[in-house]
Amino acid sequence: MARLSRVAVAVLKKLGAAALVVWITATVVFLALRASGDPLEAILGGPGSQAGPETAAQATAAYGLDQPVFVQYLQQLWRIATLQFGDSYARKQPVSELLAANVPPTLALATLAFALAWALALAGTLLAANARGRAGAVARALLTAVETVASVVPQFFLGAVLILVFATGLRWFPATGAAAGGLPALVLPVITLAVPVAGYLAHVLHGPLTEADRSPFATTARARGANESRVLARHTLRHAALPAIALSGWAYGSLLSGAVVVEVLFARQGLGRLLLEAATVRDVPVVIGAVVVVALLYVLVMIVSEIVETLVDPRGGRAAAARAGGVGGDRSGGPSRSGGSGRSGGGGAPGSSATRTTAGSEMIA
Amino acid sequence: MTRSSGPERDVAGDAEAGAAVGAAAGVSVVATAGAARASAGAARVPALDVAGLTVTRPVTRTAARRARRAPGEARVGPHVTVLDEVSLAVAPGECLAIVGSSGAGKSVLARSLLGLADPSGNAAWRSSAARFVVDGRDMRRATARQWRELRGTGIALVLQDALQSLDPLRTIEAEVSEALALRGVPRRARRSAALAALAAAGLSDPESLLPLRATALSGGMRQRALIASALVGEPRVLVADEPTTALDPATARQVLAEFGRLRDEGVALVIVSHDLGAVAQSADTIAVLDRGRIVEAGPAAALLAAPVEPATRALVAAMPVGLGGAHQAAERLALVAGGAVPAGGADPILSLHSVTRSFGERGGTFTGVRGVDLKLRRGEIVGVAGESGAGKTTLARLLSGADRPDSGTITSAQGARVRLIPQDPLATFDPRWRVRRILQATLDRAYPRRGRDEPKLAAPALQAQSTPPSPEALLRRVGLDPALLSRRPPTLSGGERQRVAIARALAARPDVLVCDEAVSALDTVTQAGVLELLRSLREELAVVFISHDLAALTSVSDRVVVLRAGQAVSPAEATAFLAAAL
Amino acid sequence: MLRWLSPALAAATLCLVALAALAPAILAPQDPLAIAPAAAFQPPSLAHPFGTDESGRDLLARVVHGTAASVGIGVAATAIGVVIGGALGFVAALGPRFVDRALARLFEVLFALPTLVVALLFVAVWGGGAWSATLAIGLATIPGYARMIRARVRGIAASGYVEWARLDGAPRLTLFARHIAPNSLWPLVSAATLGVGQSIVWVAALGFLGLGTEPPAPEWGAMLDAGRVYLGHAWWMTVFPGLAIVATATALTVAGRRLAAGGAE
Repeated sequence: MARLSRVAVAVLKKLGAAALVVWITATVVFLALRASGDPLEAILGGPGSQAGPETAAQATAAYGLDQPVFVQYLQQLWRIATLQFGDSYARKQPVSELLAANVPPTLALATLAFALAWALALAGTLLAANARGRAGAVARALLTAVETVASVVPQFFLGAVLILVFATGLRWFPATGAAAGGLPALVLPVITLAVPVAGYLAHVLHGPLTEADRSPFATTARARGANESRVLARHTLRHAALPAIALSGWAYGSLLSGAVVVEVLFARQGLGRLLLEAATVRDVPVVIGAVVVVALLYVLVMIVSEIVETLVDPRGGRAAAARAGGVGGDRSGGPSRSGGSGRSGGGGAPGSSATRTTAGSEMIA
Repeated sequence: MTRSSGPERDVAGDAEAGAAVGAAAGVSVVATAGAARASAGAARVPALDVAGLTVTRPVTRTAARRARRAPGEARVGPHVTVLDEVSLAVAPGECLAIVGSSGAGKSVLARSLLGLADPSGNAAWRSSAARFVVDGRDMRRATARQWRELRGTGIALVLQDALQSLDPLRTIEAEVSEALALRGVPRRARRSAALAALAAAGLSDPESLLPLRATALSGGMRQRALIASALVGEPRVLVADEPTTALDPATARQVLAEFGRLRDEGVALVIVSHDLGAVAQSADTIAVLDRGRIVEAGPAAALLAAPVEPATRALVAAMPVGLGGAHQAAERLALVAGGAVPAGGADPILSLHSVTRSFGERGGTFTGVRGVDLKLRRGEIVGVAGESGAGKTTLARLLSGADRPDSGTITSAQGARVRLIPQDPLATFDPRWRVRRILQATLDRAYPRRGRDEPKLAAPALQAQSTPPSPEALLRRVGLDPALLSRRPPTLSGGERQRVAIARALAARPDVLVCDEAVSALDTVTQAGVLELLRSLREELAVVFISHDLAALTSVSDRVVVLRAGQAVSPAEATAFLAAAL
Repeated sequence: MLRWLSPALAAATLCLVALAALAPAILAPQDPLAIAPAAAFQPPSLAHPFGTDESGRDLLARVVHGTAASVGIGVAATAIGVVIGGALGFVAALGPRFVDRALARLFEVLFALPTLVVALLFVAVWGGGAWSATLAIGLATIPGYARMIRARVRGIAASGYVEWARLDGAPRLTLFARHIAPNSLWPLVSAATLGVGQSIVWVAALGFLGLGTEPPAPEWGAMLDAGRVYLGHAWWMTVFPGLAIVATATALTVAGRRLAAGGAE
């Protein structure tokens, strides 16, 4: 029960945050686009359009541009609140239709890439953890190198190389052709999108896993006769996964960033390309609609990651990790020897606060 | 791998030996203390018999950079020797205590007995032995698989800090029954075995504990649950590494009694501790570990009565209340708890008048302090005792000015300076600063250059000095080598850090020192040194010594205040509290 | 062995990048803008180690001369993010409670928007180009830096050593100047190093989407965009600029992570 209500509170908070994101973005986009140019121009087909004054007057009335700016702003907010984004300036089509056509392919792409990224990160981590002895040290160093390169490789470059090798070279998978549909056309885009996130997740898994591996509870598990696979599966990996799960929402968001590039590169239909094209022609309703969807997706993923985190760590409360003691700080944990070390107090995964700091410093991009 | 050079005068085969301990130094002692108890049949054969155990660890880059090897560690190629030719044997129904100060290699020894020398699973550490028999099995050339089969059922380990030794993400049921789950025992049987083990470890109502996690239990319950998780596989040998260090004295005694019962039931017991006093009563045999070697070993009573080696003497001297001196202890108790206010009409430096600071209720108990009265005079050490959550740390923060009371008054003599010595001083040192700068910053504040008004009431010994002491002098005063001035605190040992913290507090020209569990994290030998230092400082200032460790507390304090649920208890209750725990 | 190899490689790469950015003519004497239609689409050879592009321009020269633009924009964008984000982080952590609450909430919320989406919005409003791309990436990274610095400064302000110094009578300014600022700047340095690597990638991404530097000026992302059309028969047009980005970003990441590890010790 307690767990359920905690999740409910978290969900409500996230929805509130989503509303705030949408409101701020809508306001900024509305003001900025208004300040930098006349929307009528975008509606009538960009600068230098040959539309007559009659058409212009019609469009002005149809899009409500004759109202005072503040009223237009409120109308805009109302439309967003009711999820009616109006018609696209450029395509003369309801935004909802455009979104309905473009969101599912991106969702499929990003979700598959997300799953693949986790699979790759876990596989690499397990491989490194199970490699023992001298060969293991070399394998681990190599994996660290791969992980580092993977986490920074630009998707537009990785995708191009994959196209060169697997599409034009080996002809295993088609380079383009989302229109043709089918799974083969998804393979290369999904890999392209997944690799950088996999590198990043592997990096975030790495440190806590090393720390958990040296922790007393791992030694205790070994002292009970557990083998390394069991120590990993039942003990250390859960601890190591917590920071990575917490960062998954952000990672999914970065997949949406990557989707813009990947959809352009692989000539796929999707939310990213829709946003890019709308942004370049100042198609305000489409831009706002797309951004709202992105924010909602982010919130959705955050909620899911929160639920998964509660399942992995049933103790609850990410904040517990932050209880570091000041001078004679509150060591309510009792007279334990490690009382003031900041690792007690039942705080999250071992070293999770430190890991999150490092991770946070790389989360900026 | 196998070494042939073990001590040949080993006594494991000796018919008299209930438990035997040999050492590379040639010290071989036959212990007979437990022979009577263990005489019931074939129990003569040691359940654990190790000779010439040597463990080396690779020199890591970080370790090399810090260049802080323990003085005794010899370098063997790219490896450092952690344990050097250690020999020991324990029979069923016997208890062997391995004691030594921190850095002696105790924890490595405890793990090595289970073939787990390397704290991570990487097996980069090397170990070899002339003889390594556990539960009748020769483990010298054992494969990883054979070791795993032995662990949990043949030999089990109880580590120091139960909070971190029980996986905080798993339920008590999963943790306690893991040794059985590994061996494919069906769920229902596991559950009943776990319940039995929890009960055997002295936990009442084990049923209710099964779905909980370690974080939900108190320190004592956690330690018992950890012991239960070691007992569930019914091991012949139980190795416990500092099993009571994290516990308050009363709980520690109960846990030790539990160990005694296990021993009487025929378990071969190895207890590892830095605190000779804590294990002296439970052990049949004591072995002293110093820098990776066993330097002295023998029957407990004999070793305590006539320690020979310097390391042993230091450990015996560090026992705060002499064994067999229960009479003395009682006298001291009376003095400690009874004397409410010392003689002499000197004005107090600092007085608390019905001070209350509340943090509300947590788990049904009041947290904070309420209505505390306390007067501090120069020249006295006031001990503050109490169980965890009784308000000790709140009081320390109020005294040092880190927190303010909700009601009541704290009056200090004009300009009195109060400085805190925390349990974990490392957190109070700027990580970028070396010791010199740490001391200098405080000196600069305590001895402002001309123009500022001097504090009116500085400690007399310091008042005479118009010029500030040098950082070198401060370090010498706390018994440290001035060479440490150029070091950063993380590279210092626990005792050195604590002394630097005291030096820094002294640099501030304090009138009152508040020590909040200042020696709790130190091993007994280091602790004794720091306590001696505090006693020597008493002449010039007042000291408030807050600790859950009553042995240390009573040995250093002139009088003791006992807190319970935030209130100071009456002298009679205080005496009872102290007597119950000692 | 690999432990010291990777930082050594990273340091060497960064030296090379610095040289290419400051004195490109030393590494590639050829003119990056000189058109030679007869020599178009030449594969890598001794004369043109990286080959030539659709106008016969030498790709080695273009990659080398493009360093200044790509790295420069990356550094400038990071500077914007670090300075503004860091300042906001400090204000949030040390300022009044209500300011902190509002700012923290704002960072949290803005963090929900993926970097490239924010950058796209910005470019949509202000148009493309080098300056616009710089500002776009810089602004998009502000919330991340602000969050990080806020957390860091709050941690330090609540730390044992700051509290001890405060109780020891140190004035607020001393606390800030001697303890809080120096201890929070170090992580900012490592974060900025990592950030430059990431910014270079983002800037190149904008270039790739046709929203960065105007052609024909060499810039790695724009070069990739140009190469995309000829991917099938002139692979070198994509591979070499791409490798330049990967090498630079990897070296900066290795350096940044080492700085972070060094600061933690």
